[in-house]
Amino acid sequence: MHWINRIAAVTFKEFRQLSRDRLTFGMVVMLPLIQLLLFGYAINNNIRNIHIGIVDDANSFVSRGVIEAVQASQVVTPTVRYFSIQEAEQGIRVGEVRAVLYLPENLEQRIAQRHQGSNHALGQWIVDASDNIVSSALLGLRDMPLAEVIRQPVRVARPVTFETVLYFNPERRTPVNIVPGMLAVILTMTMILFTSIAIVREKERGNLELLITTPMRSIELMLGKIVPYLCIGLLQATIILTLGNVIFSVPIVGDPLHILGATLLFIAASLTLGLIISTVAKAQLQAMQMTIFFLLPSILLSGFLFPYEGMPLPAQYLAEVLPATHFVRMIRAIVLREATLQDLPYDSLFLIGFTALGLIVATLKFRKSLD
Amino acid sequence: MQKMAIVAENVVRRFGQHTAVDGLNLHIPRGSIYGFLGPNGCGKSTSIRMLTGLLTPDSGHINVLGLELPRQAEALKLRIGYMTQKFSLFSDLTLKENLLFMARIYGLPRSQRRSRVDELLEQYELMPMQKQLAGTMSGGQKQRLALAAATLHKPELLFLDEPTSAVDPENRRDFWEKLFDLSDAGTTVLVSTHYMDEAERCHYLAILDKGKKCADGPPAKLMQDMHAHVLEIDGPQLRQLKRRLLGLPNIRSVAQQGVSLRVLVDNRIKDPDQWLLAQAELDAQQYRITQVRPSLEDVFVTSTGN
Repeated sequence: MHWINRIAAVTFKEFRQLSRDRLTFGMVVMLPLIQLLLFGYAINNNIRNIHIGIVDDANSFVSRGVIEAVQASQVVTPTVRYFSIQEAEQGIRVGEVRAVLYLPENLEQRIAQRHQGSNHALGQWIVDASDNIVSSALLGLRDMPLAEVIRQPVRVARPVTFETVLYFNPERRTPVNIVPGMLAVILTMTMILFTSIAIVREKERGNLELLITTPMRSIELMLGKIVPYLCIGLLQATIILTLGNVIFSVPIVGDPLHILGATLLFIAASLTLGLIISTVAKAQLQAMQMTIFFLLPSILLSGFLFPYEGMPLPAQYLAEVLPATHFVRMIRAIVLREATLQDLPYDSLFLIGFTALGLIVATLKFRKSLD
Repeated sequence: MQKMAIVAENVVRRFGQHTAVDGLNLHIPRGSIYGFLGPNGCGKSTSIRMLTGLLTPDSGHINVLGLELPRQAEALKLRIGYMTQKFSLFSDLTLKENLLFMARIYGLPRSQRRSRVDELLEQYELMPMQKQLAGTMSGGQKQRLALAAATLHKPELLFLDEPTSAVDPENRRDFWEKLFDLSDAGTTVLVSTHYMDEAERCHYLAILDKGKKCADGPPAKLMQDMHAHVLEIDGPQLRQLKRRLLGLPNIRSVAQQGVSLRVLVDNRIKDPDQWLLAQAELDAQQYRITQVRPSLEDVFVTSTGN
């Protein structure tokens, strides 16, 4: 039973040291908080208030009506008035506006023709399409109805080919998708970083040289170090999900037990990754650099920001190796779609396998550190 | 019960091209204080690490406390204490927390932990600062704490790797008092050092240089058996004289010590003072030559051939 005592001793010591390390302790709480607010508010795929310029050659009651109607869509906000197309193009070039609405001199004539069944456009959008998210938002305005302006008989709407039902996030709010994914990113960052640094620091300070002369086995040291960070990971997960629910109204419909289960699996996988880094890195700075090496692909490839399906095949293969990819999939399924761990056997098994393999590698590598 | 705490035969350890320990032979009796004396990089730390089972020798045979190394290294760990060169306890834990941590690691039963830690705090005069963080203590206090931690589980054999390189002479003397206490109680102590005064306190001494053992035995005997006469020359213009002497045959070393030169002359020479006056063509009026008792430094210089 000595081994339990030794693991407990390491865990207890680690908690003591953490409680004295204000900076790390602050990071444990502040990091998820700040990241959540930043990402939650900043990342938004439903674009509003794009700044546009107006070139109104008609300059009439009707043209002002058209501009008001466009503004009422809330997608765009007219900020500048230009007097020629050339001037407007310059405005787009220097980034003053993202698009320009051109209303020709004969606007009223065109409206009249429209009443007689013509299909000519009323005006023109000139769009800075270098940012395709902005341009697709503006493309959405191409067919906007102008019932207030064109007093035309209400045309029969084109028949819908497919009826569409939006499950789980009918308002199509971005935070609903982002907040559960945030769990993966924040846990990847803190878990890998904290464990790798915790061990490398002991290497730097010479503590390890003492510990290896004691009867403690390396696996015991590893396990003892993992436990406190498991707790920290769970604390962070709770902060993110609770605040996500309160501030961004992210529905948490899944079973809390399954959320806990998936989170624990992912934390364990990330911690072993941190342990492996700690056996390779010689200094805390190195450990940090290696963490970033894993963090960037975890943000970019895991499906947190961009849909997994949209990535080219080699990127998908790479993403499959990252624990974060599996966790993003699992946590979204459980939190938003009420899936259970049994529904996600592939991702669960991957994380378990990753952890087991990682622990073995870390223990073997650690053992040889003096020879 | 064996009489020898450590037996090592023909131990070799290489790091790449460099041979750190080259054919080391040791017989260290139980209950003794045994010193490794040598310059930095002579293989002291590597030897200690092999004797504690932390490093595997490339060839040779090691038996410590009747256990074969490296095969039985894990069993050995409970019976030895190891004090590292650098302070290696946790600087962000208090003294008491550090000792309690080590007590749990060594598997002391819960009932004994606190009493043993209190006993050590008392013994090493650390009681008043038990709640202080280890990182904020002075060099001497850290030293005592490290020794307390290394002896917490009452090891039969204690390894100390340059234990007093960071403390002042007074603390060093106190520290050695503690070591003699331990030795009296039956603990075998192996200590490495590059301080002559420290080496002189050991019961036995091995002089190491470039991975090889050059001499060993009790310090007094080493000084007695030295193959050189030790002479001191007083007089003017010692720098020039030193250069002149170094060119002569049968002179092992010349070192300036304040206002005199310390000269080691091969002991095949009879009447070394007369010989020196003649060889160096010195004016007996100007220069005074006296033969003095050898010091450990002289032994070190002659046996390492520097």
